[in-house]
Amino acid sequence: MKAFTYERAKSPAEAAAAVAGREGAKFIAGGTNLLDLMKLEIEAPTHLVDVQDLALDQIEETSDGGLRIGALVSNTALAAHPKVRKDYAVLTRAIVAGASGQLRNKATTAGNLLQRTRCPYFYDPNLPCNKRVPNSGCAAAEGFSRQLAVVGTSDKCIATYPGDMAIAMRVLDAVVETVTPDGKTRTIPMAEFHRLPGDKPWLDNTLGKGELIVSVRLPAPVGGQHFYQKVRDRRSYAFALVSVAAILNDDGTGRVAFGGVAHKPWRVEAAEALLPQGAGAVVAKAFEGASPTEHNKYKITLAERTLAGVIAEARS
Amino acid sequence: MKFDAPAGKNLFDNARIVGKSTRRIDGPLKVTGAAPYAYERHDVVPNQAYGWIVGAGIAKGRITAMDTSDAEAAPGVIAVLAAPKMQPVGSSNFNYAPLFGGSEVTHYHQAIACVVAETFEEARAAAAMIRTRYDRAEGNFDLEANKDAAPMSGEPKTRGDFDSAFASAPVTLDETYHTPGESHSMMEPHSTIASWQGDQLTLWTSNQMIDWAKNALASILGIEAANIRVDSPYLGGGFGGKLFVRADAVVAALAAKEAGRPVKIMLQRPLVANNTTHRQATIQRIRLGAQQDGKITAIAHENWSYNVPSGGSGETATAQTPVLYAGDNRYVAEYCAELDLPEGNAMRAPGEAPGHLALEVAIDELAEKLGMDPIALREVNEPGKTVPGQPQKEFSERNLVRCIKEGAQRFGWSARNAKPGLVRDGRYLVGMGMAAGFRGSPTMKSGARVKLAANGHITVETDMTDIGTGSYTIIAQTAAETMGVPLDHVTVELGDSLYPVSAGSGGQWGAASSTAGVYAACVALRRKIGEALGFDGDAATFADGNIVAGDATHALTDAGAMSAEDTIEFGKFQQDYSIGTYAAHFCEVAVDAYTGETHVRRMLSVCDSGRILNPLSARSQVIGAMVMSVGMALSEELAVDPRFGLFVNHDLAGYEVPVHADIQEQEVVFLDTLDPAVSPLKAKGVGELGICGPGAAIANAIYNATGIRVREYPLTLDKYLDRLPALV
Amino acid sequence: MPSIPTPPITRRGVLVAGAASAAVTTVPAAAQGPAKAPKSTPVPVKLSVNGKEVELELDTRTTLLDTLREHLKLTGTKKGCDHGQCGACTVMVNGTRVNSCLSLAVMHQGDEVTTIEGLGSADDMHPMQEAFVKHDGYQCGYCTPGQICSAVAVLKEIEAGVPSHVTDDLTGPMPMTRAEMTERMSGNICRCGAYSNIFDAMAEVGGAKA
Ligand SMILES: Cc1cc2nc3c(=O)[nH]c(=O)nc-3n(C[C@H](O)[C@H](O)[C@H](O)COP(=O)(O)OP(=O)(O)OC[C@H]3O[C@@H](n4cnc5c(N)ncnc54)[C@H](O)[C@@H]3O)c2cc1C
Ligand code: SF4
Ligand code: FES
Ligand code: FES
Repeated sequence: MKAFTYERAKSPAEAAAAVAGREGAKFIAGGTNLLDLMKLEIEAPTHLVDVQDLALDQIEETSDGGLRIGALVSNTALAAHPKVRKDYAVLTRAIVAGASGQLRNKATTAGNLLQRTRCPYFYDPNLPCNKRVPNSGCAAAEGFSRQLAVVGTSDKCIATYPGDMAIAMRVLDAVVETVTPDGKTRTIPMAEFHRLPGDKPWLDNTLGKGELIVSVRLPAPVGGQHFYQKVRDRRSYAFALVSVAAILNDDGTGRVAFGGVAHKPWRVEAAEALLPQGAGAVVAKAFEGASPTEHNKYKITLAERTLAGVIAEARS
Repeated sequence: MKFDAPAGKNLFDNARIVGKSTRRIDGPLKVTGAAPYAYERHDVVPNQAYGWIVGAGIAKGRITAMDTSDAEAAPGVIAVLAAPKMQPVGSSNFNYAPLFGGSEVTHYHQAIACVVAETFEEARAAAAMIRTRYDRAEGNFDLEANKDAAPMSGEPKTRGDFDSAFASAPVTLDETYHTPGESHSMMEPHSTIASWQGDQLTLWTSNQMIDWAKNALASILGIEAANIRVDSPYLGGGFGGKLFVRADAVVAALAAKEAGRPVKIMLQRPLVANNTTHRQATIQRIRLGAQQDGKITAIAHENWSYNVPSGGSGETATAQTPVLYAGDNRYVAEYCAELDLPEGNAMRAPGEAPGHLALEVAIDELAEKLGMDPIALREVNEPGKTVPGQPQKEFSERNLVRCIKEGAQRFGWSARNAKPGLVRDGRYLVGMGMAAGFRGSPTMKSGARVKLAANGHITVETDMTDIGTGSYTIIAQTAAETMGVPLDHVTVELGDSLYPVSAGSGGQWGAASSTAGVYAACVALRRKIGEALGFDGDAATFADGNIVAGDATHALTDAGAMSAEDTIEFGKFQQDYSIGTYAAHFCEVAVDAYTGETHVRRMLSVCDSGRILNPLSARSQVIGAMVMSVGMALSEELAVDPRFGLFVNHDLAGYEVPVHADIQEQEVVFLDTLDPAVSPLKAKGVGELGICGPGAAIANAIYNATGIRVREYPLTLDKYLDRLPALV
Repeated sequence: MPSIPTPPITRRGVLVAGAASAAVTTVPAAAQGPAKAPKSTPVPVKLSVNGKEVELELDTRTTLLDTLREHLKLTGTKKGCDHGQCGACTVMVNGTRVNSCLSLAVMHQGDEVTTIEGLGSADDMHPMQEAFVKHDGYQCGYCTPGQICSAVAVLKEIEAGVPSHVTDDLTGPMPMTRAEMTERMSGNICRCGAYSNIFDAMAEVGGAKA
C-alpha cells in the first residue's frame, strides 16, 4: 500500500472538490473494498478523503412516497429499515444475501454500488488485465472464467459487477444522486450507473472525477411479491454465480434483473414483458446476443432455472 | 520404553482420567486470545523488524533482472534480500521445490525477494517497488495433458490375475474420477519470527514437526542443527501444510541475518496457495468385477497424480484399496507426472482422502448395478481376519461392519429409497448416501520428560505440537493417570526443540504415539521415585497423590523434586499387523431441483479407532474432518490456469471452504474398541479418518437425490445443471 | 496450448517474444505512478480500547487490526487473511462487529473498540467464552476470538431483529434458530471445522429453538 495523506471532509461539496482538485485522491467510506484493493496496490490513491462525517447516514421518505437513502447508510441499517423491509423487500433480501454480517456493518450504500469486480485476474497484479492496467490484455477471456460475465461483455473484458444490492435497486428503478466538484447536483438512473466494458473496461461507472454520491432515491413502492434469489457455491459469504431480483404481480407480470451475469445489473425491459410466458421466454430474450465462455455458459441455464424457481414460488 | 508386543491389561483399562470427556486445558487461553501464536510473540525478543515476501510473477523461467533500488531507498527499509543475488539455499529431505535464492523460478509465487523494514506498512510498500524481469519458459501445468506420459511410481500391487477375473465377471464397472488440487487454507498463514545470537538461530514459528523442522533448517541453511532452536507452542492449524519448513521460516532466518536484528514474517494470504504446498489433483480409474451375489472378484485402481520435477510423490489415492474390501484379483498402480505447478505435499489423509472420493463412489455404483443395498455389498466384501491376498498379515482390530450397521440404524438408513430421484421435499430433491472409511494408524517413536516438583505438581515437556488436535489435554490426562494426580496438577509444555523429540503431529500418528511417549517417561519417573523411596515403581499404585506399594503408603510429595525422560519405541511386531482405523459415514442432502445447489442436511460418522483418549476433542477432530469433506465434495478446487501455471483463486474469497451455514446437524459415534497392538494406551488416531469417506457419502447422496452421477469433484452445480429434471 | 495473452507491459518493460519463452515484466498496476513513495507522516489517533483511552502516533496506512496487534500488543484479535475474507479479525466498534483488517485506525478517532481481551480473561471468562470451552467450539484456536466476538454480536443482532438471509418473514419477530445463527456466523471461517460445536455454544448462551 502506497503512502497517502488523509483528511475528513466536512461537507459534500468540500469532499467533491477535495478529490477533484488532487491527482490520486479518492473517497473512502467503509473502506471494505478500497482497502482490500489498496493492499494489493490495485488501487493506489495518494490522498484519501474520508466521507464519514458528511451526515449522509439518514433514510428519509420523499414527497412522492419513496425513500432517499443517504450514501453512508450502512448495508445493515438499510436492510433493517422498517419501510425497506415492508415495501422494498427485494432490497433487504439482496443486501443480506451479500458479504457477511461484519462487512455489511461497515459497507455503505455508495461504496457497495462502487465495489469493483472480483475477477481473479483483476486481483492478481502479475497477470494481464485491461481493467487494472489499460490495454495489458484480458487473462480471463481464455482463462478461468466460471464466475464471469456472459452478456454485455467485450473482447477487452468479461468481468462482472459482483454486488447484490444494486441488482435490487435496478428492479426498483433507483436513482443515484450526486454532487459534482463544481457544487452542482446530478441524478443518474441505476440503469445508466454501471458501465459495460466496451473498449474501456477500466471505467466501471459513469461518475466523473470527484463526483460524490450523496444518496440513492427509490420511487414510491410498486407492490408485488419481492424475491432475491442468489445462487452460489457455498451457502453464505460467497459472490453470486447468478442472482435474480424480481418483483412479481399476481397477474404474472413483473420486473426482473439478473446479477452475476454482466458488468451491471442485467435488466431488459423487453424480456421482462415476457414474464407471463415463463422463465424460458424471459431468459431467451434477456440473454439474446450473450457470448459466454465454455466455463460460464451454464449461467444462462442457471438464470432460467433460478427464475423459474422464483416464479413457481410466487405462484405457490 | 520398548513396545515390542501387544499391550496386556494395564492401568489404562481402569482409567479415571484417560478416556473421559475432558475440556481442553488450553481452552481458557484460546478463548480469551491469550494463547500466543508465532507472529504475535512480542515478548520473546526485542527489536523485531517486519519482513515481507515477494512472490514470483511467473511459474517457470528465470529472473533476468531485479531492480531493488527504489525499495532500498524507501522509508523505513532496513534490508532487501534479492534471490538472484543470493546462492540458492540448500534442500532437505522434506522439501522439493526450491525455497529461496538464485534466478531460477520453478513455481508461481516462489519467494524471490524479501523487504525488511521498521514497520509492516513500510515493508509492504517497499516490496511493491521491486521490479523484476523474467525470461518465461514454457512449462507443464496440466495433469490431464501429461497423464499418459506419467511414469509408474514403484511397482504395481498385484494379487491373482486381475485381467481374466475382470473379463469373466458377470457385473463390471469401469469409471474414471477426477479430484482437484486442494489448499490446506489453515486460518493462520505460515508465520515465523527469526533471531540470531551469534551463530545460534531461534525460530518462533508455526510448525507441526519440531525436530523435522530443526534438521531441515540445518540442511537448508547449512548450519549445525545443534545451533537451532524451534519453538511452536500454538499453531493456527496445519492440516499437513506445516509439516515442513516453508519460505516464511527460511527467509525470516536469512533476513534476520542480513538485517542484524530479529525479523518476523507472515506469509500474505494471497501467496499461501502457490507459495506453499497443496494436495495434488488426481485422475483415478477404477475397475470392479463382481459376481451376481455381490462378491467382488476383481479390483483395479489406477491413480494419476503429479509432483514437481525435483521430487516428491503424487497424491497416492489408491492407499485404501488394498485393505478395504475382499477380492482375490487385484491391480493397484500409482503414476506420478512431473508438473511445474507448486509442490504437492501432505494434506490431511494424503492419498486416502481423495481415494475414498473415487473408490467409495465406485462401490455405490456397483451396488446399483447389482441391485444391492450398498451396505449389504460392503458386508459381503468384508475381508476375514487378514488383509486380502496377504494371509500372514492380520488386522490388529477391525470393526468396519459394526460401524456400518450401527450407523445405518442410527441414521435411519432403512428409510432411504434405493431408486434415485424420487424423494421430494418442496423444491428439493432429497437423498441419502453412505461410504466406508479407512485410514492407516501408524506410530512413531516419541519422547518426553516428566518433572515432579516438590509440591507434587507434574510438568510434562515434549516437542509434540498441538495443532488443534487437543495434544495438551490428552498428554495431561496421560500423565495425570499414570502419576495418580488430578488433571489440574499437571502442566504441559509443548512445541519447543529444547524438549525431548516426539512423534510430532502428522499422519494421524500424533495422539497415539505422543501419549505413549509420555506414558514411557512417567513410568521412568515412577521407577525413579520407587528407587528413592524404596519400592518397585512398576508394581506400585499411584492414585490420588499417593503411592501404595505393598503395605506401605507414600505421599507423592515424599519423593522430592525429580525428573525422568524416556522415549517409546515401537517394535517390529507392528509390521505383522495391519493397524488401521475404520468408519462408516452417512449423509443426507437436499438438492435444489431448480438451481442444483446442494445442502448437506445431516451427517453421521461412526468410528472405530481404539480407545478414545478424550471423546470431547476427538469428536471435534471428526466433525472438523467432516466439514473439510463437505468442502472437498462441494466447493474446494484450486483452479489451474494452464497458460500461466498457477492456482488462480489464491485467496479465501476465491477458494471456497465451508462456512457455518453449510454445516447443520453432525453426529459422531465412537465404537468402544481397544487396539492392543498400537500402544500401551490401545488408542489410535481419528483426525484423518474423519476425512476418509464423508465426501463420497455426499456424492452418493446427491446421486440418490437426483439420479445424476458426477465423477468430477467438486460437485458444483454447473456440472449437472442440464441434467436436473426439466422445468415444468 | 491456448495462447498466452499479452503480458503487462510497463514503461520499463519490453516484450520479447520467442518460440518457447517470453520476457515478462510484472509490476503492480500501481507502480505506474511515481516510484518513490513519500514517507508517510504519522498522525495522532485516539481510541478507547476495552474501556481504556489510548493515544498513538500511526502511519495512515495502519489498519485497526495492526494497531491492536502490533502497536497495542493486543494479539487476541487474529489476522487470517487481511482482506475481509475470514473474520478472524472481528472486533466490536461502537457496539457493532466489523472486520478490523479492512479499516484504518485513523478512521476510528474517538471510537470505542472491544476486543476478545475486553470480553473476559482466563480467570474471568465471558459466558460465551465459557460455552466455547464447554462445547469445544474450537480446535487450533486461531479463528476463535473472532468467532466469539461474532457470536456475542449475533445473539444481539437476532434479539434486535436485524434481518438475515434466512429470515422468512421480514416483518415478523426474529427467531433464535440454528439457521439464523449459522447464517449470521458465516463471515467467520473455521478451517478446523468447529462449526457445529460453536452452534452448540451459542445455543446454550442464546437459548436456541433448534
Ligand atoms: C470477502 C468479501 C465478500 C464480499 N461479498 C459480497 C457479496 O456477496 N455481495 C456484495 O454485494 N458485496 C460483497 N462484498 C463487497 C462489499 O459489500 C463492499 O466491499 C462494500 O459494499 C463496499 O462499501 P464501502 O463503504 O466499504 O466502500 P469503500 O471501500 O469505502 O469504497 C468503495 C469505492 O467507492 C468509492 N466511494 C465510497 N463512497 C463514495 C461516495 N459517497 N461517492 C463516490 N464514491 C464513493 C471509494 O472511493 C471506493 O472507490 C464483499 C466484500 C468482501 C471483502
Ligand atoms: S475480465 Fe476484465 S477484469 Fe478480468 S482479466 Fe479480463 S479485463 Fe481484467
Ligand atoms: S483478517 Fe480480517 S477478515 Fe481475515
Ligand atoms: S479453531 Fe482452527 S480455524 Fe477455527
